[in-house]
Amino acid sequence: MSGLLFLIPIALGMGLVGLVAFLWAARSGQFDDPDGAANRILVDEDRPLPTNGEKDSAE
Amino acid sequence: MNQLGSDIGAGCPSGLAPSEAPIMSDPSAFVRRVDGQNRLSLTVRGAKCGACINRIESAVNALPGIETARLNLSTGDLEIGWRGSLKAPRIVSAVSALGYGVSPRDDDRSVSDEQREERGLLIALGVAGFATANIMLLSVSVWAGIGEMGETTRTVLHGISGIIALPAIIFSGRVFFKSAWSVLKHGHANMDVPISLALIIAFCVSVSETLRGGEQAYFDASVMLLFFLLIGRFLDARVRRKAHSSARDLAAMAHRTVMRVDPDGKARSVRASDIAVGDRILLAPGERAVVDMRITQGESDIDESLVTGESLTRSAGPGMHLLAGAVNLSQPLTGTALAAASDSLLADIARMLDAGEQRRSTYRRIADRAVSLYVPFVHTSALLAFIGWLIAGMGVNEALLIGVSTLIITCPCALALAAPVTQVVAAGRLFRSGTFLKSGDALERIAQCDYIIFDKTGTLTLGTPQLSGNIPPEALEAAARLARASRHPLSRAIVDAAGTGPLASDVREFAGLGLEGTVQGKPARLGSSEWVGADGSSGERSSLWFSQEGEPPVRFQFEDHVLDDAAVTIGRLHSAGYGMEIVSGDRAETVARVAQTLGINHWSAAASPRDKVKRLEQLEAEGHRVLMVGDGLNDAGALALAHASLAPGGAMDISQSASDAVYSKGLSALPRLICVAKQARKVMLENFAFAAAYNLVAVPVAITGHATPLVAAIAMSASSILVSLNALRLNAMRENL
Repeated sequence: MSGLLFLIPIALGMGLVGLVAFLWAARSGQFDDPDGAANRILVDEDRPLPTNGEKDSAE
Repeated sequence: MNQLGSDIGAGCPSGLAPSEAPIMSDPSAFVRRVDGQNRLSLTVRGAKCGACINRIESAVNALPGIETARLNLSTGDLEIGWRGSLKAPRIVSAVSALGYGVSPRDDDRSVSDEQREERGLLIALGVAGFATANIMLLSVSVWAGIGEMGETTRTVLHGISGIIALPAIIFSGRVFFKSAWSVLKHGHANMDVPISLALIIAFCVSVSETLRGGEQAYFDASVMLLFFLLIGRFLDARVRRKAHSSARDLAAMAHRTVMRVDPDGKARSVRASDIAVGDRILLAPGERAVVDMRITQGESDIDESLVTGESLTRSAGPGMHLLAGAVNLSQPLTGTALAAASDSLLADIARMLDAGEQRRSTYRRIADRAVSLYVPFVHTSALLAFIGWLIAGMGVNEALLIGVSTLIITCPCALALAAPVTQVVAAGRLFRSGTFLKSGDALERIAQCDYIIFDKTGTLTLGTPQLSGNIPPEALEAAARLARASRHPLSRAIVDAAGTGPLASDVREFAGLGLEGTVQGKPARLGSSEWVGADGSSGERSSLWFSQEGEPPVRFQFEDHVLDDAAVTIGRLHSAGYGMEIVSGDRAETVARVAQTLGINHWSAAASPRDKVKRLEQLEAEGHRVLMVGDGLNDAGALALAHASLAPGGAMDISQSASDAVYSKGLSALPRLICVAKQARKVMLENFAFAAAYNLVAVPVAITGHATPLVAAIAMSASSILVSLNALRLNAMRENL
């Protein structure tokens, strides 16, 4: 029985980590362009990522 | 507009959208300065695939000083930031040279209201999903431990569930509570009222059960209910946002800029909305007039095909009236504005669109009708269960528990998913075949139509003239050398027929007359019969003459060809029992010829935008549900007012905004769309029937007190999954109209 005392918090904690990650992703606009995200993976180009990508989405 | 004449490789390489003719407008008035950086928001039309992102972004990034260029493929927004002396028109021409339609957008918000709403729903959905999964984890142990688990452990597990459920219900449930409260204040009820009641009562009863140490807490059921309902709400919001983004394209159209010649003689780029009556305007070749104007200077040819449906160009000179939407083809024109942008033909049509929007908003969706039947049913049955058990001598607590379980189990999970899931699946299937749906209820309305009105130019025909008849190859090649210098549609048609090749030397274009130049050392002319000195009837606009010194003049004849797949498509629609009619703004002879070729018996010609609307209303009064198919500015009013409407991908943006769906890849998309619409409607009705059947079983189970939390959880998730699977069946259905 005492196993529950730490197993339940661990389970909830893992869920919370996922939730926080999801909230961060949603707030930073990663779900705003689902069509683009699906297609960008096919854009085949080796060049450095634009450095200001994150700055934009944080606005 | 430019489906065949454009060079191969322009526009979306996937072929999902046709390329657009480059229409230049100067967006300088829309550049914003933020922290020393220049920002410009553009709306890009025609970008549909990953290669488009690559082409557009790399073309813009190649310009000097560009710091950010990011295209949102879902909305078509292109956000650009740069430093330095780069001029905005260069950015626009870099994109439009690739074959995409571009117009500046007048908002500095990168996130629109709809987008914010959708994002809010997504976050609410995520929170509800987290709570559902974790509470279910605890509930499963409670169910598995029936008979073995001690009361303390069970109460602790219920307690933890309650602690997770409370913030989730408060946070994610706001969507429903707010909407329910706002209608309750006005003494009405919508679907959100029973949902809110179920959520609140179920939570309160479960809390009291937990405190009493009872066995049945409905935390899992209430959060799961929230989760499923939010999925439906989210899908619905997404479909609606797509519709809104096209309405915004229309606003972008009105945000076109105009070159105004100020009293000091300088030409300046200003917003169309800043133009006042009497302003002098410069209209460059290739540019579209945004306000009605009278020409004061310059001679040119103008293309009014999108305004009047007239397939041939007209020559324009001083004193002539030019309607908003006409494209200047050859020489720069100066004129005075006859109306402000808000009074022009364009604004008139925008008002018709408004009227159409209002009329459409009165359309009651199948889902709305289902809900209005549903709400009283749920409330009464839950209330009756509660009162019935009280009278039968049960305690208040037990009777309340049964009432709540009835409310929860009958709550409209399947109902909430029935329509949105079907729409999303149908829209996805149509998207893959090159048709874009613009509103969720469009499918329902398209499925109901029984009569189709076609516009002619650009809808049943190519919209651009094509060379017809037999021309000696030497003459064709010689004429093409002159024609390659001109952007007149008839010249382009000659070039299309002749292919690429050399240009004649010293070619000059005389507006309204023709071209002159030297071909193989001999002077040559291409143009009207007077121009070349041939004896043809004057004013004949569907033919050109070519003459070279020492040789008899050759006549080139042009026709606006009927689309290849038009005859087959019309035949299919005929056999499916649709009534059809052509209502065109073009001349009677041309319309009659097309109608005869296609076997359409009813047609009318020289119809004004108002005539089109009138004919539509007449048909609706006769009891027909009309599907309007058109592409021009003159169709926009009719498109907005019809029961449902379609526009081809080459249509003017205003017409695309006015219609319910935009199709590319030819007219054969039409029967496919109608067929998918009918199938979607059938699937949707099946889903509603299933939801009703589910309730017929669930209500007696709940009323008799057998709806334990376990039964509620299984019943709700099973019904939601079944409804979604049924909608997925749409993907596998075969087309048969």
